[in-house]
Amino acid sequence: MGKKGEVKLIGSWVSPFVFRARVALNLKSIDFEFLQEKAGSKSDLLLKSNPVHKKIPVLIHHDKPICESLVIVQYIDETWTHGPSILPSDPYDRAIARFWAAYLDEKFFPALKSIRMVQGQGDEVEKKLKEIKEGLGLLDDALVKISKGKPFFGGEELGYLDIALSGFVAWIQVREKTFDVKLLHESTTPNLAVWVHNLSAHPAVKDIIPTADALIEWVRLNLGPPPPPAN
Amino acid sequence: MGENEIDEGLKVYGFSISPFTRKVEMTLNLKGIKYEHIEEDLNNKSSDLLRYNPVHKATPVLLHNGNPLPESLIIMEYIDDTWTDADPIMPPDPYDRAMVRFWANFIDTKLVPAIKVAVLRECEEEEHEKKIEEAKHWVKTIENVLGEKKKFFGGEKIGYLDIAAIWLIGWVPAMQEAAGWELISKEKFPFLSAWTQEMLSHQVVRDNLPHRDPLHAYYVWRLSGFKPELTPVFK
Repeated sequence: MGKKGEVKLIGSWVSPFVFRARVALNLKSIDFEFLQEKAGSKSDLLLKSNPVHKKIPVLIHHDKPICESLVIVQYIDETWTHGPSILPSDPYDRAIARFWAAYLDEKFFPALKSIRMVQGQGDEVEKKLKEIKEGLGLLDDALVKISKGKPFFGGEELGYLDIALSGFVAWIQVREKTFDVKLLHESTTPNLAVWVHNLSAHPAVKDIIPTADALIEWVRLNLGPPPPPAN
Repeated sequence: MGENEIDEGLKVYGFSISPFTRKVEMTLNLKGIKYEHIEEDLNNKSSDLLRYNPVHKATPVLLHNGNPLPESLIIMEYIDDTWTDADPIMPPDPYDRAMVRFWANFIDTKLVPAIKVAVLRECEEEEHEKKIEEAKHWVKTIENVLGEKKKFFGGEKIGYLDIAAIWLIGWVPAMQEAAGWELISKEKFPFLSAWTQEMLSHQVVRDNLPHRDPLHAYYVWRLSGFKPELTPVFK
């Protein structure tokens, strides 16, 4: 569905935001060309397609670029109306899914990302870990309320919030290894732990989800060691 | 439900001087939807607000039939999806919808912060020139989205992106007046200027802008260099 060449995605296998777009495209069985950006540089196509943010992902459909991962996922849902619906049909459920997705980007991800910068600084690490754990606690509760016993936030099938969170799973596992801490685990987030298992087995996800080890190796090769603590 | 009855199940917990609250109320008013406004004191938040928005503890929050919803842009789409009798604020085409969502996010995350930094001089002195150029670049960007031909971002009618951009109409002028200079001048940004006049010609828009005096006083206070501990939460 969708002629080859009609749909392109500019991105990288390490990006949690690009991952969202790939899952959405897979869920709808859309053929697309994945244009992998090289680490440490931005292609001319990317700079031309996203002059405002200069960031991946960028979806290009009929030669028109669409930027921002959550905007892309909604665009995919509204354009390809066959296949599973990504956004819930009820307006309130839809709004709640959007709320939590926005929370992930505005509050959760910054904490997850920035803990790397304080690696080795005991107190600061504890503070960031507390933030991350609180966020995961909120999401674990939300999963119970929203899924109502079904495997995903979207119910029987992956939905918007599943897709929004999916990209962070591998990176959370990276933090678990680096900081020797349990974050997405039956002892800390029992419901999300089951959800991760269901997500990882899903056909739209299982062939593309990176391992924590692969990401750790990528960080080592491309980002080097974390910065030393400021004096 | 009669037209003049307030839907008992519809409340907005808001902070009237904040553009985020005003965006929600402008959307409701454009669609002729009646609601109860509950004014929050952000230095003394009500227990209701904290219960309805435990994650961010911020305004605005829409309460519809007991269901709470925070985040102004999300509330706006919810209103559009729920009250389907009134004219929609979102465009029908998926690509156009993606564009207005993208640009609304741009306004909140890039445009507004850049304008504040430049006009209120919230940066190191030696960086100020650079920050002014940056802000002008982003204003030009949104001006180009509007273009010469369109009356509104929404085309012939006020739409989602026009409402998302009301900060430029209600707040930037007060900020510039307090600061004593214009970043967004008529000469440099003629399309935005024409759009502002077009928007102000609508009663609904005028009724939903904050009063000049408290806003002006707030920006004078910000400019005087006080680090606000009790800053209004603009969400």
